[in-house]
Amino acid sequence: MTEELLDVRLSVNGTPRPLRVPARRLLSDALRHDLGLTGTHVGCEHGVCGACTVLLDGRPVRSCLVLAVSVDGQEVTTVEGLAEPDGSLGPVQQAFAECHGLQCGFCTPGFLTTITAGLRDNPSPTHEEAREMVAGNLCRCTGYQNIVKAVERAAEIGAEGPS
Amino acid sequence: MTTKLMGQRVQRVEDQRFLRGQGRYVDDVAVGPDTLHAAVLRSPHAHARIVDIDVSAVLDVEGVHAVWTYDDLADLSPPMAEPLPLLIPHPALTHGRTQFALAKDEVNYMGEAIAFVVAEDRYVAEDALARIRVDYELLPPVVGIPAARAAAHLVHEDVPGNVGARLEQEVGDARAAIATAPHRLELDLTVERSSCQPMEGRGVVARWDPDVNRLTAWSSTQTSTGVRAAVAVKLGLDLGQVDVITPDVGGGFGVKINHPWPEELLVPLAARALGRTVKFTEDRREHFISTAHERGQEQHIEVGFDDDGRLLGLSVEFWHDHGAYTPYGLIVPIITSTQLLGPYKPQSYRVVFESIYTNTVMVTPYRGAGRPQACFAMERTMDAIAQYLGKDRTEVRAVNFIQPDEFPYDHGLVFQDGRELEYDSGDYPAMLEKIRALVNWDEFPAYQAEMAAQGRRVGIGLACYVEGTGVGPYEGAHVHVETSGKVKVATGLTTQGQGHATVFAQLVADELGVRLEDVEVVTGDTRRMPYAVGTFASRAAVMSGSAIHLAAKRTKEKALRIAAEALEVDEKDLQIVDGVVSVIGLPEAAIDLGTISVLSNPLRYAFDEASKAATQFSVGDPGKPPVAEDDEPGLEGKDFYSPERATFASGMHAVIVETDPETAEISILKYAVVHDCGNLINPMIVEGQIHGGVAQGIGGALYERMAYDESGQLLNASFMDFLIPYVTEIPDRIEIDHLETPSPLNPLGIKGAGEAGVIPSAAVFAAAIEDAERTALPGFGITAMPISPSELFALRHHQEPS
Ligand code: FES
Ligand code: FES
Repeated sequence: MTEELLDVRLSVNGTPRPLRVPARRLLSDALRHDLGLTGTHVGCEHGVCGACTVLLDGRPVRSCLVLAVSVDGQEVTTVEGLAEPDGSLGPVQQAFAECHGLQCGFCTPGFLTTITAGLRDNPSPTHEEAREMVAGNLCRCTGYQNIVKAVERAAEIGAEGPS
Repeated sequence: MTTKLMGQRVQRVEDQRFLRGQGRYVDDVAVGPDTLHAAVLRSPHAHARIVDIDVSAVLDVEGVHAVWTYDDLADLSPPMAEPLPLLIPHPALTHGRTQFALAKDEVNYMGEAIAFVVAEDRYVAEDALARIRVDYELLPPVVGIPAARAAAHLVHEDVPGNVGARLEQEVGDARAAIATAPHRLELDLTVERSSCQPMEGRGVVARWDPDVNRLTAWSSTQTSTGVRAAVAVKLGLDLGQVDVITPDVGGGFGVKINHPWPEELLVPLAARALGRTVKFTEDRREHFISTAHERGQEQHIEVGFDDDGRLLGLSVEFWHDHGAYTPYGLIVPIITSTQLLGPYKPQSYRVVFESIYTNTVMVTPYRGAGRPQACFAMERTMDAIAQYLGKDRTEVRAVNFIQPDEFPYDHGLVFQDGRELEYDSGDYPAMLEKIRALVNWDEFPAYQAEMAAQGRRVGIGLACYVEGTGVGPYEGAHVHVETSGKVKVATGLTTQGQGHATVFAQLVADELGVRLEDVEVVTGDTRRMPYAVGTFASRAAVMSGSAIHLAAKRTKEKALRIAAEALEVDEKDLQIVDGVVSVIGLPEAAIDLGTISVLSNPLRYAFDEASKAATQFSVGDPGKPPVAEDDEPGLEGKDFYSPERATFASGMHAVIVETDPETAEISILKYAVVHDCGNLINPMIVEGQIHGGVAQGIGGALYERMAYDESGQLLNASFMDFLIPYVTEIPDRIEIDHLETPSPLNPLGIKGAGEAGVIPSAAVFAAAIEDAERTALPGFGITAMPISPSELFALRHHQEPS
């Protein structure tokens, strides 16, 4: 019983990455195992933890709940695509480093993508809005204190920086 | 002189790769179509005899490379057919039992491994699992401590009364002291099961290299040396044929110290048998039903005290639910029984526990490891005494404190490491003052009354603990200065997010006199440091930190010796700053560490600039061999740290909560922590550890419990049903104040900090919620944790005077 393979035209972090995968292949698995982009992490595979969050045409989605074949023709941004063109850390990444917003780092890619999209919608969140922005992602290490600080710091860096 | 990095809030060096998605966790190793993937068939029943397993339908699934059950193991490697090791035996563990890598004849918990499939990818491996047919004969399950104690049914036929162990320790005659005390109280206190739930589950990858007859395994473990030894024994290999690498680990919190997990043996076995790289990555459901839990305990306390609340006699009896097996021995209940005393000195103490079998997932340490239960027992007792005597809760605690001039303080008990329970240092009265100030303890009653007048229920709780950290036996470190001047450091214990690459580099930079960015730290790689114990019991900073400090010191001594010879000066006149050795007050007389590294190795070939630079110096006595008898080539230092006993950190937490009179919703208004882990290496990292511990503690106190039904089914084995806190459940601010009483036991004066944040949670929330409720229901009491809003709601109605 050979599985039928389907073509998916995917663009990841601005680069075309065509795929041939079975219909049941999760986007998270396709990114990690077929494309070798292991920065996207899988913490629950049932849509609760947010570690697998990627941006699909700019909007955050849980890649463990998406079939790779269903995103044909779309643009995916993963954590590997968040650095600046010159290779330096993007504002959210930089804020996490400054604020000690990560410990084991496993949940971090999902927070970084989520916050990147969040700040695009709301570049200067209030404290409450900063908390809300990360309220759908689980972290077992940090107690979230420094993650919320990092959201606010990232907004600051975004406001300072050349845009 | 450059400023010392010890004590500085140094930004983490490991963050760069994590933030770019370049971390290497175990599932990131060997990515690609050449790797085979394993999946495990697990028991759907809590207790059953296996009558037959039929794997015939699997064999024609395309892409399946192997399917194994217990019957295949002996042929693959005879030791694999034996039960898994009991890691930490104890004379009191008279009926220790461990499982087989794949179940033999019987399963004792839902989730126990039965069959193992290796296939082209995980999807196909799971397809194969679905085709395995197992015939079970169901046996009566034993679930929960009361059923296990009643012993109407047995988990293991040959373990009478379901009792695996019974251990008693006594100092003085506690029962007599209680009988004659002016006041007496009895309490029954229960804590439920929770579990670590690191965001990354377990995982293992193995590769057999037939060209050199070696196995390399990557495991998401807290002990690579332990896994290495287990794999070697079980696969019948020499230790020297096995390398274990712990890559980046997505959290551990204790559960990854247990080893070997069945998959940690089966995957290497498959890699050797199939000649292919094999990977197993646990999914979340598997983590719930086949990895370990902790915390389930029922505790009975009898206490006798005087009019001031001084403890004259304390007698504690408790029952520890260790699940179906005891691979990790009695560590958790021994910690409860000894750490229960916290900062106090009862005049007599007796503790006895039974560790009992149930048909549930086994129990191994989870952050805090028996201490949260102990703290709940002791601190609830303190609160009860205060209530009984009508005294302030801080007062009753203060009269029982060990005083600063009483250290070292020997309790007369034996701790988990088999050593005497002797506290090295601390200042509990000063700490109490700090926490009172931080939470505004004295102003609270007025605030509470004001709120009560508005119909609002607010309450305050306080809990104190002492934590034995940095237990032995040892850790080691190796420091190597390359000819480039770069410093490579290796220590054998593993890292799960504690920032070891940063804090250990801080220590080396300080001691050796090099730039932080020139230091690179490797942990958990048996190729680099084959002697190590592991990361648990808040021991990494104390143990490896001390070993690294000592190894750096040796390296420095050697560097100075060679430099003195090369520069023809006295060692005493030299300093090392930013990797350059120079004569104090004469900066042009200098030599950098890279050049010293060249000089330290009398090799005849020059490869690099450093080698050329070295030609201007001459070292070594031409009348002697090029490497002197008591010397070795290379600018390196290696050392081990092995303390006599653990060092005791301490802390006090206070919380203010509000409970909703209608809905029983519990909100946290303020959370305050005072913590003493001796000298701080990096306060930013210590505070991060405390934040994380507090959050996990809040989860454990208010949300997390393993919901087993009477048939032994775990009903909430997913993040949808087992509620770990999001940011919305964690207070906006956790106030932290530090006290630093250095440990006299290690060269840096440090104590462990990893577990502390989680220890007092059950105690402090029970106290605060009870205090809030009593503003409306005077007799209200909490004796079991966790407590959810619906449980609080039910408890109100249950306790309301009718
Ligand atoms: S892995 Fe996708 S939400 Fe948890
Ligand atoms: S940093 Fe470890 S889970 Fe968030």
